[in-house]
Order: sequence, then structure tokens, then C-alpha cells
Amino acid sequence: MTAKDKILYFLYLHRTGLTVTAFAAFVLVFPLVEDNPYTLGLTNLIALYALVVLGLNLFIGYAGQISLGHAAFFGLGAYGSAIATTAFNLPPWPAMALVAALVALVALVVGLPALRLHGHYLAMATLGCNIVVYTVLVQWHPVTGGHSGFSGIPPLALGDFVFDEEGRFHYLVWSFTLLALLASLNLVRSGVGRGLAALAADETAAACLGVDVRSAKVKVFVLSAVFASLAGSLFAHCYGFVSPDSFGIFRSVDFVIMVVLGGLGSIWGSLFGAALVTLLPEWIEVFDTYKDLIHGLILVLILMFLPQGLITGLADLLKQRLALYRRRLESRDADA
Amino acid sequence: MSSFPDFLQFVFAGLTSGAIYALIALGFCVVHNTMGIVNFAQVDFVSLGGMLMFSALFAAGLAMPLALPAAVLGVTLAALLVERIGLRPARSDNPLILIFITIGLSIILRGLMSLIWGKNRMAVPPLTSDAPLVLMGAAITPQALWIFALTLAAIALLVFFFYQTSLGLAMRAVASNPTAAAVVGLSAGRVRAASYALAGALGGLAGVLVTPITTLSYDVGVLLGLKGFAAAILGGFGSFPGAILGGLCLGLLESFSAGYLSSAYKDVTAFVVLLLVLFVRPKGLMGK
Repeated sequence: MTAKDKILYFLYLHRTGLTVTAFAAFVLVFPLVEDNPYTLGLTNLIALYALVVLGLNLFIGYAGQISLGHAAFFGLGAYGSAIATTAFNLPPWPAMALVAALVALVALVVGLPALRLHGHYLAMATLGCNIVVYTVLVQWHPVTGGHSGFSGIPPLALGDFVFDEEGRFHYLVWSFTLLALLASLNLVRSGVGRGLAALAADETAAACLGVDVRSAKVKVFVLSAVFASLAGSLFAHCYGFVSPDSFGIFRSVDFVIMVVLGGLGSIWGSLFGAALVTLLPEWIEVFDTYKDLIHGLILVLILMFLPQGLITGLADLLKQRLALYRRRLESRDADA
Repeated sequence: MSSFPDFLQFVFAGLTSGAIYALIALGFCVVHNTMGIVNFAQVDFVSLGGMLMFSALFAAGLAMPLALPAAVLGVTLAALLVERIGLRPARSDNPLILIFITIGLSIILRGLMSLIWGKNRMAVPPLTSDAPLVLMGAAITPQALWIFALTLAAIALLVFFFYQTSLGLAMRAVASNPTAAAVVGLSAGRVRAASYALAGALGGLAGVLVTPITTLSYDVGVLLGLKGFAAAILGGFGSFPGAILGGLCLGLLESFSAGYLSSAYKDVTAFVVLLLVLFVRPKGLMGK
């Protein structure tokens, strides 16, 4: 092995860790370069959504299930933290952990019977859960504040360092998202993750190979609910205000669109999907009245022509082109 | 406190909305049986039906007996167009991708409708006069009677279509086994387009019938459509008798929980019961 080969091999061997490190470094310096609060607000929102989408992608892309109700867990996390810190005066960090644990319990109770369902039935069941949670948030006026929402949620703090402006939120939310990213990347390459991928491909075959199908599904469902709940808690503390409209079924559909556009089962794609769907309305703002139309059109065109999702689809396309190009070079060399 | 006329009133209200849910649920089932997907654009066929009815009555100045078939026909043609340019070119047969294409199409349709008709709420007149009839102490509007009558007529036509025409037979063949249907030379594309158009007609009819009761806006179909989907699932997705049964059950459930429990939480009751039914019978009431 020459020195060059060794370096290349080292890079290849540690490609995941190195990419994450590079990405973390990028995130670290980003607010130093870009200090416009509006832009930072958008990237923070991307981080929050990415946290939900990472979990959801494990559930949809890896375990091959469907959930049209993850905004419910997102909302439970947000309202849980809001109520725990204002009505019960709990300190924010323990409240966040407590709420995440409670949401995990809810996901377990819902998941155990619901994950016996398949396909469209599961989609309807999760959608139904979301509608139930949304209606309760709207109607349980004395506790949730109804349609007008819930304000006065205290910000998170580490000692004297209070996370109360966009630049500081940036580090808070992105550290959560990066940890979740790292955890997901490791999970999918562990035995459990391979089991999940087998489950997505064929449930019966996976069961034959010794994957405990039922418990694997419930576990990944609970994990994704916890991710969503953490994102919800962060959302509540960052904005200091929550209202039911952030947690309706359309938000759930948006989350799944993020998963699908990023690529089913592509962890990095989750970040990309979250970014694309969050930024798209900003970019097409100029079209004003045609905004909805163009939003739908872009979605349909991507799904129609790159059904593997943008990242995976474009990567496949590139690989294909490269292989064809190499082939052409080889045949030209052979001719010469 | 709960007297018999009250009870009867809730039954009428439940059956009225139940019939609408049943029509929408049938539309979901028709597409599911031939294409294997949930067609979320169905919710916009409902809104589009109401919108076209509005335009046929006031912009084109048609009389009611002409405006109704014109509106339903319009939605049918729109559905054909949506299938041809929106779904058929898709390069994937993954149901999840196709379902999300229909969600995208639904966003586009809503965008188009809000461009053409605006975002204001409008009112469509009922088919005939709106003086309610009184039956054993409970009031029932002529529109509700029209809904029952036309839903029954639509179901009868569907039965005729599926059992007496060759296209209906082809659709049943594709639903029962797509590969075998292709082997005997049935054109899957034509059958799918036909089923999509049929779903459009059913959704459009539901829209025409329900918008005089609710109000008309570009997104009126969303909640109705989701209830229709819930009804189809409750009955067992893909089963036609299940869709009708599911629709009526959901309608009655909603109306009774609004009447006897709490109108604010009627959706919660309906969906919790739906979830419980699914937990006990994971394939719906009449699913196979």
C-alpha cells in the first residue's frame, strides 16, 4: 500500500465520522459568518424539523412503516414542556426529560395496538391520533389556551448562559440535531438497524431471519416519538409561544414529505428534506399568488421523476452517468 | 332529557352526513382497488364539485336539473386529466411515493381552485326549497332527502356498472388480480383512468350535495374527505359495502356524540371509536 492508498483507505474507513465532523464544524462557524437573525431563525427551524424527520425516517425509511401523525408527538412535547414549566413551575431541563419520557409512554401505549396494523390502516390510525391530539389542544381551553395558544414559556439556560436569541438557539438546537444524527447513523449500521432494514424489505422474511418484528417496530416508533417530543420541547422554549396550528395533520404530512423528498432510508437525506421543505416557501415567495400551485408542482415533479428522493436520486443519476462515461472511455481506449 | 324526537333528529343528521362520507369513501375504494393507493386528491374532487355547481348555476346560468349533472361531469373530466398527466407518468410503483404524489396533486388542485374561485366562502342553494318537513317530531330538510335519494341512486348505478358492463367487469378483474387481468389482455391504463374518473364522479356528487349544507370554499373538501377516508378504513378499505356501512356508522357516531356528549369533542369520539375498532378488527368491519 502506498501512502496515498493508505490515506484514501483511512478516509473511506472513517467516512461517516469525518462527514459528521465536517458538518459539525460547518454548523459551529455558521453563525459567525451569517448573523442575520431571520436566516438563523430559518436554519434553527430546519434543525428542529430535522430532529423529527430523523426519527420519522428511521420509522418510515428503515422499518418500512407509515405515520401521518408525528406532529402529535411534536405537539405533545411542546405543550408538555410549556405546561410543566409554567403551570407546575418545573425547571426546563428536567421538564424536557420528563415530557419525553411521558411521550415515550404514550407512543408505547398507542404503538402496541396500532403497529399491528398495516399500510393504509396504519396511516389512518396515526392520522386519527393526530386529529384527536389536535382537537384536544384546541378544545381544552383552560389548560392549553385553545386556538389563541400558550405564551410565556421560559427559555432554556445552562448556568447563566440563557438561550434567548437566534444565535444562541442555533447552538442549542443544532447540538441536539447533531447528536440525533450521530445516533441514527450508528443505529442503522448496528445489528438492530440491519434488522429494521430487513423489516422494511419484507416483514415475513425478516421474521424468518430472527428479527423480532413486533418489538422492533414498537421500539423504533417510541424512539421516533421521543425525537419528536424533544424537538417539540425545544420549539416551545425557543419561541416562548405554542399554538395548536403548528401541530395539525398538515404538519404531519409535511414531515413525511420531508422524509420522502430527502430519500426513504437516507439519514443525510433527512437533513436535506427538512431544509428543502422549510426553505421552499421562502424561495417561491416571489410567486405570491401562485405559491401553493408551485409548491405542489415541485413536490409532484420530484416524486414523479426522482422517486428515490432528491439526494439518493441525484446520486444514483450521477453514478449511472459516471459509469456510462467510464465505459465510453474504455471502449475508446480499446479502439485506439 | 333525551326524548325520542331528539334521538330521531340525531339519526337524520347522522345519516345525512353518513351518506356523504359513504360517497367519498366509495371514491377512495374504487381507486384503491385498481391502483392500490390512497388517493388524497379525492378530497379536492369534493370541493371541485361544489365549485363547478356554483359556476354552472350562476356563471353559466343553467337550471338546477342541468347544473348538477354538468358539475359531476366536470369533476369526472378533471379527474381523468389529473390521472393522465399527474399519476400515469410517475416512475415508481412504490405505493408510498404514489400516495405522496396524490398529496402533491391535491395541493395543486387547491391552489388552482383558490386562483379561479378565490378564497372567500360562498353559498350554493339547495336542490329544491329549504322548508323542512316534520316527521314524528323531528325536522328533516328536503336537501337531506335528496342526499339519501341520490346516494342510493349512485350506489344502484355503481352496482349496475360493476356487474352489467364490460368496463365494470374489467375493473373488478384488475381489482382481484392485476397480473391475471393483464395476462388476459385487459388494459391496466384504461381501467385505472376509468376508476379515477369514477372516483371523481363520486367525489363531485358528494360535493354538489353537501355544499348547500356546509358552505362552499376551496378547501371545504379537506375535512370531509378525511372523514370519507376514515369511513372507508372503518368499513374495511376496498370493500364497497364496507364503505357504505363505514360512512353511515361514522356519521351516526359523530351525530350522537355531538348530541349526547359534547359537540366540541365529536371528532375525538369518532376517531377514538375508529381506533378502537381497528385495534379489535385490524382489517375494518367488512375487510377481508
